[in-house]
Amino acid sequence: MDYKRFVNDRAASLKPSGIRRFFDLVSEKKGAISLGVGEPDFATPYVGRDRAVKYINKGFTQYTPNGGYPELRELISAYYSRRYGLVYDPKTEILVTVGASEAIDLALRAVVSYGDEVLLPDPSYVSYLPCVTMSGAVPVTVPCSEKNGFRLTAKALEEKITAGTKVLILPYPNNPTGGILERADLEAIAKVCIERDILVISDEIYSELTYTESGHVSIASIPGMRERTVVINGFSKAFAMTGWRLGYLLCPPELLSPMYKIHQYTIMCAPTASQHAAIGVLRQSLEDDFASVKEMRSQYDMRRRYLVNEFNEMGLHCFEPEGAFYVFPSVEGTGMDGEAFAETLLEQKNGAVVPGSAFGEGGKYFVRVSYAYSMKNLQKAVGLIREFLSERE
Amino acid sequence: MDELRKSVLGLLKEDARYSAKQIAVMLGKTESEIAEAIGYLEETGVIVKYTAVINGDKTGEDYVDALIEVKVTPQPRSGFDAIAEEINRFDEVKAVYLMSGTYDLTVMLESKTIRDISLFVSERLSTIDCVVGTATHFIMKKYKDGGVVLESEEGKNRMAVHA
Repeated sequence: MDYKRFVNDRAASLKPSGIRRFFDLVSEKKGAISLGVGEPDFATPYVGRDRAVKYINKGFTQYTPNGGYPELRELISAYYSRRYGLVYDPKTEILVTVGASEAIDLALRAVVSYGDEVLLPDPSYVSYLPCVTMSGAVPVTVPCSEKNGFRLTAKALEEKITAGTKVLILPYPNNPTGGILERADLEAIAKVCIERDILVISDEIYSELTYTESGHVSIASIPGMRERTVVINGFSKAFAMTGWRLGYLLCPPELLSPMYKIHQYTIMCAPTASQHAAIGVLRQSLEDDFASVKEMRSQYDMRRRYLVNEFNEMGLHCFEPEGAFYVFPSVEGTGMDGEAFAETLLEQKNGAVVPGSAFGEGGKYFVRVSYAYSMKNLQKAVGLIREFLSERE
Repeated sequence: MDELRKSVLGLLKEDARYSAKQIAVMLGKTESEIAEAIGYLEETGVIVKYTAVINGDKTGEDYVDALIEVKVTPQPRSGFDAIAEEINRFDEVKAVYLMSGTYDLTVMLESKTIRDISLFVSERLSTIDCVVGTATHFIMKKYKDGGVVLESEEGKNRMAVHA
């Protein structure tokens, strides 16, 4: 039987995730010290776990409203207004999704038409490009360089805009680089987007993990941008809730309504127990002024400084990222590219980091190192990498 | 306590072997600022001692730990202090606390054998004048000690790499 006839040509064209391929290599090795994951090492705050269990036991096991529990949407609204000064109407401008992942797919499918061009920074998270492709649009990458702290610059952006450009995906703080955008950067990008009539999908999943004094700024808070921005965020990173699969979309009703329809027909609603957990976590965070988030952030911050210092000391040039929980050192000085470095390190020292090329061409000579690990684990891994480098000399 | 000293203390409680240099990097401060903070904490007796948390089950040596509840008659003028001081003197006594509730002192004991502990209670502790009663509890298993879960499941359910 010729299955090719039955495989959608866009699906067939997708490249397997570079992380996935590396994962297969790692899983063959026993006891690898991994700095590979993209999820917090903290457990979900107790109040969330407890509330989910209680509601499951009470029998809250049915669907929720399509858009998510009204109470949860109200809390999300209060949260975004308190943290980022943006007000969204819980009834018409907020949709609860199955992770930020669904939100990315949903936003793209609802917004682009066949052949539209979608801009995205390179390097960035592995799923944007395939989602753009599956939506029928054409992904166009905008190179970001280390010398600019992996920021997307207005100049690089403008160079890639054509008559067919419709959307810019703006994922900051950035996975894998840890780069962030500050108000001035956002203002320059906003100016271009307004002039060229481009919609922004702003994936702010790492917003709480910003280590600057001023903290995260959403592009939607730049004048003239709220009306042309779809904000995506979720509970995974800020509240250590990756496994619950819970995210949300914030945007004007005219954009939310097509997304709502697709969500209604394909997903129905985000998981009920997860929504109960999120209500507990958000309610407590608004009451105690985000104590658990602050504690996590300060732990990550210490690990971040530790790793940046270690990599630079061992001669792997590493710019200081100010967001997310990754450092992105350059391995070019070793004579290897990121892929060779990661594979040899795994082979010789049983240590796992992710090759930067998984996140786009701009990542070729870098590796992504996650610090969502205990200091003990980080110290062990740093020791391995030091040994690895000194044995090569 | 000022914020820097508090952060330094937090890190040293986590791992007493962090050097001043490492702590300086992690907190974004200079090494001399950290050395000064540690010096202050040591001199003022906030940091009493640097020690190791040991999982006794893995040492291959016999050991018995016990918690002893002690009832005493408070002394005129010195109250409980003089009695506590007397108990402090024994090397096998690792901790002495004054308690609220139904008894007065908790004595934590580390020994090699049950017999050692029996001897301690019968010949040393109960013979102190104002001790009017004791209840000895042997520790059967330690799940968590010094803030550390001894047989941790940490990370076991996490994938090595994903997406």
